[in-house]
Amino acid sequence: MAERKGRPFNLKSQPGFTQIAWACVVFLYAPILVLIAFSFNENRSVVRWTEFSFDWYVSAFQNDGIRNAAIVSLKVATSATLIATTFATMAALATTRTAPFRGQGLAFGIINQPLMVPEIVTAVVTLSFFALVKQVTGLTGIGYLILAHTVFCIPFAYMPIRARLEDMNLTLEQAAADLYATPFRVFRRVTLPLMAPGILAGAMLAFVVSLDDVIITLMISGPGETTLPIYIFGQIRRGITPEINAVSTVLLGVSVLLVSSFFLIGRKKA
Amino acid sequence: MSTPDTHAQADAALRAAIRQREREAFRNRWLLLAPGVGLIACVGLLPLALTMIYSFLEPGTYGGVTWTFSTGAYEQFLFERDLFDETLLTFNPSYVIIFARSIFLALVATVGTLLVGYPTAYFIATRPRESRNLWLFLITLPFWTNLLIRTYAMLLIIRDEGLINAVLMGVGVVEQPVGILYTDFAVFLGLIYSFLPFMVLPVYASLEKLDFRLVEAAYDLYATRWRVLRRVIIPATRPGIVAGCILVFIPGLGAYITPELLGGGKKLMIGNMIALQFGTARNWPFGSAAALILMAMVVLMLVFLMRRGGRQVGHG
Amino acid sequence: MGSDDGFIEIVDVTKAFGPADRRVFALGGVTATIRRGEFFTLLGPSGCGKTTLLRLIAGFELPTSGEIRLDGQEIGHLPPFRRPVNTVFQNYALFPHMTVAENIGFGLEMLDKPRAEIASTVARMLALVKMSDLAGRRTDQLSGGQQQRVALARALAPQPKVLLLDEPLSALDLKLRKEMQVELKRIQHETGITFIFVTHDQEEALTMSDRIAVMEKGHILQIGSPTEIYNAPAARFVADFIGDINFIEGEVVSCGDGRAEVRLPSGPLLSAHAGQPVSGRVTLAIRPEKIGLRAAGDGTAQLSGRITNLVYFGSGTNVHVDAGIGADIVARTTTPGVAIGDRVGLDLPFADLSVLAE
Repeated sequence: MAERKGRPFNLKSQPGFTQIAWACVVFLYAPILVLIAFSFNENRSVVRWTEFSFDWYVSAFQNDGIRNAAIVSLKVATSATLIATTFATMAALATTRTAPFRGQGLAFGIINQPLMVPEIVTAVVTLSFFALVKQVTGLTGIGYLILAHTVFCIPFAYMPIRARLEDMNLTLEQAAADLYATPFRVFRRVTLPLMAPGILAGAMLAFVVSLDDVIITLMISGPGETTLPIYIFGQIRRGITPEINAVSTVLLGVSVLLVSSFFLIGRKKA
Repeated sequence: MSTPDTHAQADAALRAAIRQREREAFRNRWLLLAPGVGLIACVGLLPLALTMIYSFLEPGTYGGVTWTFSTGAYEQFLFERDLFDETLLTFNPSYVIIFARSIFLALVATVGTLLVGYPTAYFIATRPRESRNLWLFLITLPFWTNLLIRTYAMLLIIRDEGLINAVLMGVGVVEQPVGILYTDFAVFLGLIYSFLPFMVLPVYASLEKLDFRLVEAAYDLYATRWRVLRRVIIPATRPGIVAGCILVFIPGLGAYITPELLGGGKKLMIGNMIALQFGTARNWPFGSAAALILMAMVVLMLVFLMRRGGRQVGHG
Repeated sequence: MGSDDGFIEIVDVTKAFGPADRRVFALGGVTATIRRGEFFTLLGPSGCGKTTLLRLIAGFELPTSGEIRLDGQEIGHLPPFRRPVNTVFQNYALFPHMTVAENIGFGLEMLDKPRAEIASTVARMLALVKMSDLAGRRTDQLSGGQQQRVALARALAPQPKVLLLDEPLSALDLKLRKEMQVELKRIQHETGITFIFVTHDQEEALTMSDRIAVMEKGHILQIGSPTEIYNAPAARFVADFIGDINFIEGEVVSCGDGRAEVRLPSGPLLSAHAGQPVSGRVTLAIRPEKIGLRAAGDGTAQLSGRITNLVYFGSGTNVHVDAGIGADIVARTTTPGVAIGDRVGLDLPFADLSVLAE
């Protein structure tokens, strides 16, 4: 009997899928890796590789435009993250582990609204609204930008916090109440410490999303409110410089760092 | 021990306690929801209503609006006013073409991401548990990095002086650089690049739930690989496919950065057209109307797909 | 007020869930009195309302109507943190972010006891449940049995008037469960605290309890000592739920003086004891081990029939006999000496044959 040689029949494999998956990863990462590589290129041209150097990072750091944009970005992202995470935490507490209540669907829909509307629509709609508010109240400032960022950060912060709360065992809080803890003490001693990883994860996502936003910021940011992505966007339209590669690499690095730690936090189980 | 008097007292205390618990639950819930829901309602929903009003006004000379009622913004989609005779309207297809091109590009990009994303998701779902998480991380990571920078990276590669052309010319396949940038193909490539993770993740989620004993049963009943895929695996993961298509098509339809950078601002999509009205074109009412039409298209599609999805669930 | 007889009084308590138009009653008017220091068990199948009743006593839910008194005080309307009652949860519900000692001290801390007192009580509790050497461990590093002990110590530490135990042993394997049953009885004896214990395991209820309340569909069917429940079940459900039992249908011929003569459809007349006057169609119940088995030869046995099956189960054999009354009658014996197909006679002693209220 001639037994057919080769690998045993694998129920789960499909021909070509493995190759496509690898191609997919190459497709996703190759452009980014090229960009990172050329940020360390000594040459002024962004085409030919000559020598390794940190020159473009140094020059980017010394560039006032980039420095100011970075400061604005940090200011906006930090403020938006703090407010959005606080509001999202409160909303998550109200919408999880409770019997269905009247208005729940509506509240849920409103919280997720920023995710459903195309970004460009949110951008122009917010622009019109803020223009009117500015006209009526005469108030100006970076507050508008922070407010707009807070709105689309809320659903991103809400998701991991809600997930964490839903995983959490309700009987833990009942046990605390049973052991004479008043509602406030139950929250401070049991609920809050247990949901802390979720809050941290939510804050990280909110920060990344705020830091990376282009379209909405582009539409509503006033003079002196240029964030890093907006600065990069403007530069790209004017022409490509290796300096932009350096700044982009730094921004990528921040996102990757935050998202990686988000995944690590997510792994640690309650 | 249990006199009618104490009985009545206990009953009253219980009733008061039940009422108080209900009141507190209600109050706490809405106090907690108020800031988040309130903020989004004010800065997210209210402006949408305002935009609806704006779309029925006339444009101001330096941007903004003048408060006179007009349906001009909507007429502008199809017609052009004659320069000399304001009442004469002639058909102008340019905006319809932009909408059509946007839908076409978004559709093609959706199909493209599905063709690449489904096998990838399948591959990930059939990995051992440890490497599965790593793969998922690899696919998710680009999603959380800056869309602008990723598009820029794509631009660097497909430029005439970019890596692809350098390789092609180096190998000797072509003599002159192939013009990829600033074409519809570049936009298509950029859309796939931007939204691929949106397809992989929901498809993976439904594949992960797939019971592979079904696949075993199908093989046992003489199905071939292709038939197992077509008759068992794909139908079972349809919700993931639908979710992935929604997640790619919607942002694809409203894309701004990709056509701006890779289409060179010449190959307009709806997103750029809308932005233009609030920028140099200074026609806020028309921009508002366009934004609302885009929004309506998205909502209609969502409702349609949810209804269909619901029916399928009903059948199953 | 509050005599030893009525330490906990549950008076006509109901609990409904759901919106007003689609109410579902989890408890439909439950009345019970629990004595000070007793081991009281709520026994019943899942969904019978036993856990709901426990949660009402703990205060996690409020009753829809009725009264719950503890030591003479009405507590039915109080929030859980104002009731001198502690709970051992089914899944233990240990705080994962605290050590064993912090878990046990939590209740005392919430009662704002001085540190020294907390420390000494925690040490005492750790000794009581034999966990002293694991005080600094995190709870996720403990085995199921150890978690169980910590949960018990945590609930006992504030010295509650009543300890509620919600199926605390159901997650343990059989051997450990037996061990913990003995352990729980010892601890209850040492502390003298009243235990209210919820279980669906009839054997567990019989071995541990001073008294048992058997529940079904939101009602208490019978309250009594394990022997009363086992030997004189008041309802068919109680008889069926606890242990093995034979049911025999018949018609009452005469009744009086706690004795009922019942005619079976197949002819024979049986005498059974009846707690109250009965008439018409009734069901008689008898445990397999109470039935006497004898060779068919003499015609003096009350019922006779052919053996259809023999089922050996270690400490004895169940003999299934077709006595012509519909279902087989099961008798239990340790010395069978019979074979399938043999004719045998069955004795059903008057004292062990009871008439059930439907």
